[in-house]
Amino acid sequence: MPGRLDRALPAMLRVGWKDALAYRGEFLVWMLTMTLPLVMLALFRAVAAEGSLGGFDASAFTAYFLAGLCVRQLASSWSIWEINREIREGALSMRLLRPIHPLWSYLCDSLAAIPMRAAISLPVALVLLYSIDGTAGEKLARDPVTLALFGVSLAQAFGIIFSISSTIGALGLYLESALGLWNIYVAFFMLLSGYLLPLALFPAWLQRVAALTPFPYLQSLPIEILVRRLPLTTMLRGLAIQSGWLVLSVSVLLLVWQRAQKRFAAYGG
Amino acid sequence: MSALRTTRMLLRASVMTSMQYRADFFFDLFYAFAELAWTIVPMLVVFGARPSISGWSLDEALLVTAWFTFLKGVLEGLVTPSLVSTIEQLRRGTFDFVLLKPVDAQLYGTIGKLQLPSVTDLVAAVMIAVIALHRLHHHPTASQLVVAALLTLCSLCILYALNVLALCVAFFVARIDNLAYLLAAVFDAARWPASVFRGGMRVFLTFVVPLGVMTTYPPLALLGRLSAKSVGVAVGVAMAALLISRLAWLRSIAAYRSAGG
Repeated sequence: MPGRLDRALPAMLRVGWKDALAYRGEFLVWMLTMTLPLVMLALFRAVAAEGSLGGFDASAFTAYFLAGLCVRQLASSWSIWEINREIREGALSMRLLRPIHPLWSYLCDSLAAIPMRAAISLPVALVLLYSIDGTAGEKLARDPVTLALFGVSLAQAFGIIFSISSTIGALGLYLESALGLWNIYVAFFMLLSGYLLPLALFPAWLQRVAALTPFPYLQSLPIEILVRRLPLTTMLRGLAIQSGWLVLSVSVLLLVWQRAQKRFAAYGG
Repeated sequence: MSALRTTRMLLRASVMTSMQYRADFFFDLFYAFAELAWTIVPMLVVFGARPSISGWSLDEALLVTAWFTFLKGVLEGLVTPSLVSTIEQLRRGTFDFVLLKPVDAQLYGTIGKLQLPSVTDLVAAVMIAVIALHRLHHHPTASQLVVAALLTLCSLCILYALNVLALCVAFFVARIDNLAYLLAAVFDAARWPASVFRGGMRVFLTFVVPLGVMTTYPPLALLGRLSAKSVGVAVGVAMAALLISRLAWLRSIAAYRSAGG
């Protein structure tokens, strides 16, 4: 039914966009809760003022954490909250009645929020970048190839995060509460993705452990492509592994969703 | 003291509610430990490269972590869950029933819900403090302990007042149902000694949200490094915060016009 999807997708994206616009106050608060990189930035700049740390000087930290702020804002999906709520309230039955797979509408909701996230986070990050430290701006990649690869890494990171978020949401049909499981995911994300601090500062063994998980590909890879001047082969290898995680996470999502859907009992509805 | 009795009853009811969901309990327990790791890991990384930062050694900074963990336990265990549920009631209009109860609605709205796993934070906080003091070979004198306890009480008052203020905002913009998480996010900055931060960040943390007073003053008092004047300032700030929050609450409640129905 590709024809039907063609017509429905733009409409669903518009709905998602209007939704983000209607709840702009809430939206802004959610964005403000993701400001941990700014705290870490202030902290590591204070540390770097006394000399560079693990190859990072003050402007490298500035570029890293501001890029991290944007990546986190742009490649994020809160479908778990939506799915969890709709399962509990029975509203999922409305989605199931539509002639389009519910995952498409969740995907549209997540995608439609991105322009607004970008409109707020990018100017803030750019202003901070140049006002805190004029030299930090020089760390940003400028050549079109690197920027294109950054775009790819961001898109793939979004895909993986959406899949994980929705999979855990669907597991809500088996578990008492999927939010507990989501918290565990967030816990690992914080530590192993490079969100809290650059993975390069970790001891070597922990870096190796992190590299075996999908987490660095959700945050660290896009940031490093943008601000760390990686060699082309390193970038391509990272992107290839990221693609592998994307395929895996989408497959798991489809599998889990298909099985879990049968357990849906439409409470309340 | 009816306020004390109400507090006791509310706490007992919320403990019983929070024990209903056992699977969640274990997830939350794990999460509490993970959060501790977020605080400690960057600290170990930084102090692995430097013996001291802005005059703080690792063990002294760990004392700040202890107070941060303690206050965060109180915030996430008691204050945030209550705020979330009260804001939900404001949205749905069921807050009317709270107002009908013969107890102070502010008390009911701010400590009515409890997340038991946050107790692990309190235990962890005590452990970190003991380890840090042991490594510092510092035995606090009785008066240092008393002052630290007094300042901790001040911190709790400020934390509580900030949350009442967040709740007051919810009376006017009830559509924003995630306000409760905002303070938790801002609070993240309190895990490091306040003097580490510079410029705008320091001004923000001292005057707008006095996190520096909340997590840095008590450890300083314990180490005997806080001047009497600073203690006075902390007590004054705490009193003012409580007063302002109570006044704001009274104004907000007067403007409450119910909703939904």
